[in-house]
Amino acid sequence: MPHMTDERVRAGLTHEEDLSLLHEVSMKTAGVSRLEMCIQCGTCGGSCPAAKDMDHTPRMLFAMLRAGMREEVLRSNTQWICVSCYHCVVRCPQEVHIADVMYTLKGMAIKEKLYEDSTAPDFSQTFVDMVETYGRSFEMGLASRHYLRHFPLRLPGMMPMGLGMITKGRMALMPKKIKQMDQLKKILDHAKQLEMTS
Amino acid sequence: MNKYLLYPGCSMESSAKAYMESMNTILESLDLHFEEIEDWNCCGATEYLGINLIPAYSLIARNLALATKQMHPVNGTGGTRTVVAPCSACYLNLAKADHYMNERPSLGEKVNEALAAGGLHYEAGTLDVRHLIDILVYDVGLEKIREAVVHPLTGLKVVPYMGCMLPRPDYQHRWSDHEHPTELDDLLRALGADVIDYPLTTECCGGHMTQIGPETAFELIRRLVADADERGAQMMVTVCPMCQMNVDAYQNEMNNYFGTDYHIPILFFTQLMGLAFGKEPGELGIGVELVSSRNVLAGIGVEVPVTQEPAAPRKKDEGLPMPRRWTKHEGRKETVK
Repeated sequence: MPHMTDERVRAGLTHEEDLSLLHEVSMKTAGVSRLEMCIQCGTCGGSCPAAKDMDHTPRMLFAMLRAGMREEVLRSNTQWICVSCYHCVVRCPQEVHIADVMYTLKGMAIKEKLYEDSTAPDFSQTFVDMVETYGRSFEMGLASRHYLRHFPLRLPGMMPMGLGMITKGRMALMPKKIKQMDQLKKILDHAKQLEMTS
Repeated sequence: MNKYLLYPGCSMESSAKAYMESMNTILESLDLHFEEIEDWNCCGATEYLGINLIPAYSLIARNLALATKQMHPVNGTGGTRTVVAPCSACYLNLAKADHYMNERPSLGEKVNEALAAGGLHYEAGTLDVRHLIDILVYDVGLEKIREAVVHPLTGLKVVPYMGCMLPRPDYQHRWSDHEHPTELDDLLRALGADVIDYPLTTECCGGHMTQIGPETAFELIRRLVADADERGAQMMVTVCPMCQMNVDAYQNEMNNYFGTDYHIPILFFTQLMGLAFGKEPGELGIGVELVSSRNVLAGIGVEVPVTQEPAAPRKKDEGLPMPRRWTKHEGRKETVK
């Protein structure tokens, strides 16, 4: 680890190099993330269909991780704009699991309540609530709860589409529930305990 | 008869029930037997992975663990270790859990510790997770599909839309290419359709952004639909419930947002297979799409019965009431045509 020599202080560096954030994100990611191998080539941002709406391209975000800019990274909208299309993943010359790193950053931002716009975290949480209650996703419940909370003004305009989906039998009014819900609950409860201790 | 274990996924029972119906209708013609995984649960889509890691993977792995119970031969039916998922997002999640539980043994151990609380266990690598079109193209084969065609889709101009989560990240190297795979093109050609080259075939439909950032999603949908239209396609053909939902159900909203007037229906590839195999539109869930395929199919001699009055087209200027947050982009509105 480079120490804070006079030269480094004069050059404007305020901290010793600290890669703990980079490692934390890497270790919290499923599989072997290879995040440490990023060479800052920018292929990810150049491949991203949604980059124009992102605060930072994935490349920038990974440089910020390396620089230990915890709050700025977790507050970025980048991980929430990611559409999980995996274009960057197959093009990355270093084979960084970019999409999975985005999932990790979402999880960390939620736990630390560091996000600017709650639309996406709420949507994920509502979806998860449905799954934890029924074992299945429930589009009708998800859509109505989500739109009421975040897009109430959009609801009237959505009516023709919603009615179309219902009359064509494409949206169930009642949720389906799996048989062994108690088994799934036990599994998820135990998994959550493991998550906290890891 | 070739047996596979089926993981349908939630949308196959609701928004994509046309996919389920058409899949079930064509199985017999191809000598396939799908056995549903008993009491399967949601795969978590793209949402659970962003909340909690171990619970998300445990949720997925419960399905894999349940599937292993049905692997062995019973009552004269053969055994199998192949799970088939018709939904691209489900396919990716199941494949991802299997792959990462192996790549990162500590993840596998924790997931199994959680599964044990429900009396289950899954050893990574036990199952082969594959998508429906993979089974049809590589197990059944194009030759056999061609033989089953009794009503070639001659003259039907289609663009094949593979979407993103099927060919990528492709842990098991199953596809001809990650960005321009040709499996769907080949299959549609085998049905006799006029397949138009579609460079956007693996571009994203917007995924869940239709729900959380419509502005981002509408632009992605516009690119797909506009390009299909410019290339002279009458129809898009998909392999994924989410792609179908976004391009179909949100096409009208997208049109209102940009002031465009596109009308490109999108059907599941299994629905076109059924038509080519001589099945009736009613058996294939044709007619429940919101952007109707009726006129296009009439062009190849297929009559789709009217199930209800089509909704009155919305007036152009009416538009949607937009949340304040995204009216600032109104200036960007463009009129195509």
